[in-house]
Amino acid sequence: MHYALCFLLFVIGLYCAVTKKNMVKIVIGIIVMEYAVNLFLIMLGYRLGGVAPIIDKGQLESGTGQIAASFINSSVDPLPQALVLTAIVISLGSLALMISICIRTYEKYGTFDITQIRRLKG
Amino acid sequence: MKGMTIIVKTISSWVKVLIFLFGIYIVLFGHLTPGGGFSGGVILASCYVLLMLAYGREFAEKNLSLPVASKLDCVGALLFAAIALCGLLYGAAGFFWNFIQWEYLADKETALHLVSAGTIPLSNIAIGLKVGASLFLVVLVLSIFRPDMSVLDTDEKE
Amino acid sequence: MAIFYILLLFMIIAAFIAVETKYLLGAVICVGAIGFGASIMFLFLQAPDIAITQIVVEVLALIILIRACISRELTFISGPREFFGVVVSVVIIFVIFLAGIKILETLPDFGTAIFAEVPNAASQTYIKEGLVKTGAANLVASVILDFRAYDTLGEATVLFTAIIGATVILRKKTKKLLEEAE
Repeated sequence: MHYALCFLLFVIGLYCAVTKKNMVKIVIGIIVMEYAVNLFLIMLGYRLGGVAPIIDKGQLESGTGQIAASFINSSVDPLPQALVLTAIVISLGSLALMISICIRTYEKYGTFDITQIRRLKG
Repeated sequence: MKGMTIIVKTISSWVKVLIFLFGIYIVLFGHLTPGGGFSGGVILASCYVLLMLAYGREFAEKNLSLPVASKLDCVGALLFAAIALCGLLYGAAGFFWNFIQWEYLADKETALHLVSAGTIPLSNIAIGLKVGASLFLVVLVLSIFRPDMSVLDTDEKE
Repeated sequence: MAIFYILLLFMIIAAFIAVETKYLLGAVICVGAIGFGASIMFLFLQAPDIAITQIVVEVLALIILIRACISRELTFISGPREFFGVVVSVVIIFVIFLAGIKILETLPDFGTAIFAEVPNAASQTYIKEGLVKTGAANLVASVILDFRAYDTLGEATVLFTAIIGATVILRKKTKKLLEEAE
């Protein structure tokens, strides 16, 4: 059920990016899709009753300095978190690129409407 | 763009120091607590964005102008590549090898201290510098156009 | 567990408002609400690194989006609505949604550790030997900067290229160069 709600968020973003005529609305649809994908990846790595994958003094066994077995059995997956960390910052960079295209198009044509932009040349 | 009222200017001149210090802390302790280079770099960029929103674009450009920001961006990226290339001194398969950890720190018990984990803090500093300078650069460039789409000033941009 | 449902419903309602409203500034504020709900959800999913990054990035994204749409043409687009095109795309998206739910039912339940059941999963190695091999207490930092450092190099390149693209598009010299060439 959790995965289905996350996919519903993705589909709402897809609908917005496909059927809207306003350029800023299309950008908003792409942003919503990116949020939904990041959320889905982190939800895949979750474990019920898990702890964050950060070691502090409580997880080290006293005396030997090894990792306690309770941490290994109850930590969540660190790999999707590493992938999503870079994906979030990349989405900010691509948002800046898309908004700069929108601003430039508004300067040239005077509107955000994509049906009025016909003469796309080089 | 113009700045804001005097209340916003006074408060932001006190708060920007705390934001900058917090950003440096998140970058530097990235191998011990949550955070790291990416989020710390974004916090550093948002300190300068606060300066630009509260005081106007010209004041922020005097503090960190466009050519300096783009050069800092390049320095951060090149520093990250240089740290990776230093591993090549220890053999042919040493690109991105954590040579400080394996050569110098492997025998010492430096598990939860600040000086530990080899090249990871150095890479965090390089990434934080790069991401912070990039994002401040892009917000500065986006603010040059005024809302009625007439260009703001006449000097050249690189 | 109930907190996940509440946050997901909050995000879906905010997404509906962001998509359907005619007021651009309201849509941008609803996108900010979605990002804020996602950040709290990351905190409950035991990912504090991601929660910090998400909330700071979402604040900057709000600033960029508001800068783009403030005091510009806020009235809605007039003209004939393409009724046929909208209906066809809604039907196709609905079919995609049903197929996606069918496929998502084949995944293990939410909350079971998928990596613990696969014998040679990479995450098991990262958790067991991360502290010994890299010396970093933050396992996520050890993954992105030591075990998988090539991905970080690729990400730095992508961010660099996107920023260069945005800076080049918003240049002022374009018109002058075109006039000099003619």
